[in-house]
Amino acid sequence: MPTVSVGRDRLFQALGRTYTEEEFEDLCFKFGIELDDVTTEKAIIRKEKHLDEEEASEDEELIYKIEVPANRYDLLCLEGLAQALRIFNGLDPIPSYSVASIGKESMLKMNVKSETSKIRPYVVCAVLRGVTFDEARYNSFIDLQDRLHQNICRRRTLVAIGTHDLDTIEGPFTYEALPPEEINFVPLKQTKNFRADELMEFYKSDMKLKKFLHIIETSPVFPVIYDRNRTVLSLPPIINGAHSAISLKTKNVFIECTATDLTKANIVLNTMVTMFSVYCQKKFEVEPVEVIYPDGQSYICPDLSFYQMVVPLSYITTIVGVSLPAHEVAGLLNKMQLNVENSVLEENQTKFTISVPPTRSDILHPCDVAEDVAIAYGYNKIPKIKLPSLKPQSLNQFSELIRAEIGMVGYTEVLTWILCSYKENFTMLNRKDDNSTAAINGNPRTADFEVVRTSLLPGILKTVGHNKDHPKPIKIFEVGDIVLLDEKKDVGASNRRHLAALYCGATSGFELIHGLVDRIMEVTGTPFVTPGDKSGYYIQSSDEPEFLTGRQASIIYKGNQIGTFGIVHPQVLDNFDIPDPCSFVEINIESFL
Amino acid sequence: MAEEAVLGYLENNTEISDSGTFAEERGINHDEIVNIIKSLNGFRLVDAQDIKRERWVLTNEGKTYAEDGSPEVQLFLAVPPEGITREELQKKLKPTIYQIGCQQAIKNKWIEMGKSQVSRKLQHVDDRVRDALIQIQNGEAVGPDDINALKRRKLITSQIWKGYSVTKGPKYAPKRKKVATDLTRENLQRGDWKEVEFKEYNFLAKGQPTEGGCLHPLLKVRRQIQMIFLQMGFEEMPTNNFVESSFWNFDALFQPQQHPARDSHDTFFLKEPSTTRTLPEDYVERVKRVHESGGYGSRGYGYEWKRDEANKNLLRTHTTAVSSRMLYALAQGPFAPKSYYSIDRVFRNEAVDRTHLAEFHQIEGLICDRGLTLGHLIGVLHDFFSRLGMSKLKFKPAYNPYTEPSMEIFSYHEGLQKWVEIGNSGMFRPEMLLPMGLPDDVQVIAWGLSLERPTMILYGIDNIRDLFGHKVDLSLIKRNPVCSIGL
Repeated sequence: MPTVSVGRDRLFQALGRTYTEEEFEDLCFKFGIELDDVTTEKAIIRKEKHLDEEEASEDEELIYKIEVPANRYDLLCLEGLAQALRIFNGLDPIPSYSVASIGKESMLKMNVKSETSKIRPYVVCAVLRGVTFDEARYNSFIDLQDRLHQNICRRRTLVAIGTHDLDTIEGPFTYEALPPEEINFVPLKQTKNFRADELMEFYKSDMKLKKFLHIIETSPVFPVIYDRNRTVLSLPPIINGAHSAISLKTKNVFIECTATDLTKANIVLNTMVTMFSVYCQKKFEVEPVEVIYPDGQSYICPDLSFYQMVVPLSYITTIVGVSLPAHEVAGLLNKMQLNVENSVLEENQTKFTISVPPTRSDILHPCDVAEDVAIAYGYNKIPKIKLPSLKPQSLNQFSELIRAEIGMVGYTEVLTWILCSYKENFTMLNRKDDNSTAAINGNPRTADFEVVRTSLLPGILKTVGHNKDHPKPIKIFEVGDIVLLDEKKDVGASNRRHLAALYCGATSGFELIHGLVDRIMEVTGTPFVTPGDKSGYYIQSSDEPEFLTGRQASIIYKGNQIGTFGIVHPQVLDNFDIPDPCSFVEINIESFL
Repeated sequence: MAEEAVLGYLENNTEISDSGTFAEERGINHDEIVNIIKSLNGFRLVDAQDIKRERWVLTNEGKTYAEDGSPEVQLFLAVPPEGITREELQKKLKPTIYQIGCQQAIKNKWIEMGKSQVSRKLQHVDDRVRDALIQIQNGEAVGPDDINALKRRKLITSQIWKGYSVTKGPKYAPKRKKVATDLTRENLQRGDWKEVEFKEYNFLAKGQPTEGGCLHPLLKVRRQIQMIFLQMGFEEMPTNNFVESSFWNFDALFQPQQHPARDSHDTFFLKEPSTTRTLPEDYVERVKRVHESGGYGSRGYGYEWKRDEANKNLLRTHTTAVSSRMLYALAQGPFAPKSYYSIDRVFRNEAVDRTHLAEFHQIEGLICDRGLTLGHLIGVLHDFFSRLGMSKLKFKPAYNPYTEPSMEIFSYHEGLQKWVEIGNSGMFRPEMLLPMGLPDDVQVIAWGLSLERPTMILYGIDNIRDLFGHKVDLSLIKRNPVCSIGL
């Protein structure tokens, strides 16, 4: 997106008020431009020269670098920016640009020679009469040409702009294409006469101009504009003549745009004249020029007519998604520089006839009009409409992710029964039933189904006991629910999602299970902290009956105990007929959500 | 034996003052004693204090002289009392012995070196060098002058000797109980686990790191975003086609042929295959017309549209190239609403830096239906981004050649305390949709963002090259947590 640098104070003066940086950013955001950077002239120079940052002195004028949309050429200068924002703020009416009505006889003429079709076939021109420049306006006028050249003109390939002090030249003008050897003139910023081919050679060392040479370099003829006295106005798209150079004192400006794309030439010319006609003696009035092509066709330019577009109100409101009355839409359109000349009612349908000013070349289709209404209404005021969608169960989704991680570090998943025998859940684990833990089955068919497990441990140990012949080590895990008595629940019991893992080998693998705990914490993004710190997890030794004393610990996560791990007590191993030492970890994973 | 010696000695004595002499007195190898002391110290049975001593040992050269005598003496002895010619003398000795021997013997004024004749100056010499070397070898004290002389001749070298002084530790016992680091199968078989004492476990240190594979963080995030799209009822588009024509990548999207994005410094154009073979001709004709002169209510761009430009092949610059193909295909049958998504690779001819790569992943979602409004777009963006953990959104007007209205999406970043741009969105232009043949009351709302940006925010990565490409930090891939967005 193009960036425009404007002096903050001049901008605020043009806007008729001052803004805090935040207020101005907010205005930009609503309008669809962006305050990219706040800097000073000196800071820019320092940056270019790679000098160290210095304290900006207070008297330096602040420069706002503003990003504008790539299709809004009317925002590429302070004049246009200020005008658009003033209209947006409801301060100014939409300007009505006009072409001075002068007779065809007294109109300046530009005669196009047929050879130009070989290199750069189009030219459009206009005159600004009675312009008052000051230094700032003059600089803005030059800067706008640069920015247009950079953007829509595609680095002068599509369009090149030449501006001249009309009082130094005399029409009619001719637009020709001649062999370089036949073109002689003193170019801008030089004092010596150059032949065009020599000039091209000369500019090969010019940092700014050398990148444009390729556009005509290989052509046998170069485009050139003369006045009636064979004074060279310009050698487009490279350089203007020194003779007609504009200055702060220039009153009457002749603008010519040569091009390979006529639509863009007209947009560029219209942008130049609409932006700077504000400084003309007759504000917003532009003097026309007749361009006559070799086939006798002639065109009066610029064409500052407003483009008419008929747009139904319903089209606009169905795009925006807000139903708005016609007068309100008309008001919003005005804020965006679009005139609604009349609204026609047809079969109970409101239709707008919208007049698009010559400054708004970006409006191609009614959808562009609808967007302007949405911007003026405020994107962030449009109520959101929710489309049907589903939400997953976080706990289940999280279980899926954690299961994959445990599998990836080499543990095999098992899926065991929720129900187990009373003994397996308590005495075989060295645990005592305090009668406030487990949900007890009232009518179990066999002892296998007496209680709802309160831990994943019995199922895992039974699995190991039945896989005694499996090569060691055995590394298994399970993610599943246990049930605990819960007075807070209507039914008096609730599920809890646990993760358990077991290692069994020639040694118990206690350090490996400890390492698995670290990995679980790593994949849940939990830092390892010193005991007492509530921002992560730490391990402290514990005293649970199912584990061997001295080789068991609690896992403390953000201050709460969420699990334990340890070497399974040899007595417990014996109870489950397991001959090999085992280490086991069990964690409540609901804590991670 | 060494352990019993140390523990046994300390039972009746307060200190072993020097492990070196202790070992020597008992005829035990000092290294063995040292190992035992270290182990006992680890279990706090003893407290050991380091002792360091510098001592001298013979170099290889020194050892041979201790054996055979110094070169100068060997030379002296080879000179008979009556003298000898140089040639004869040289024959009797090894070249190095001859050379060094001559130097030293002359220096000591033991012999006379004539032009051809060599003769003794003394009748008898003592081999003090050899004597000193033997003394050092035996660990006996030697005067500093001798040491310096030998050192200069590189016959001896210093060695740091390490030993310990040892006292009883807090857990001292005359006999060490068996301490184990882990419970073993043998402990269970023998049933001696009750007696096993475990070495104290350090829970302040981490356990043994797990071994295993890890998935790439970017693709973990992709997986979660795919889940989000599926939950929102979106169907995935086939995006396994990196090579695309300018037509589908740009022209079909109403992106004019002079648009800066179509410059070679933004897009990779292909040398081979340089052009597309076929395009749907009647559709191409409609696209050409809409660019040149508009239609469907549009003014068009008013330029001469060139087929050659559309035919140029490139590496797709966005997955919207696929969206244009999908919407065109959709328009060929009776209309049915569709919600599409894709997450895949796109290419830009950009300089690589901390935040830019020449290739990245684009996430794209679109809904094609009748009666869609900006309100729907805003609604679907809130739904989508809040699932990514970004629920505070605001929208800025923007420009994009193929969407109108267009909205840039900003999200409030709590960490940075500011609004950051996170994506782009809009409604596809009628100039794009109508030439495809879609009904004129059908709207398409769409949005796009990169996969890298939210991933970098999520994992706190500030250099994109650490995340994606061959310069990645593998430990970062291993370290990074599960992606829990969309849960």
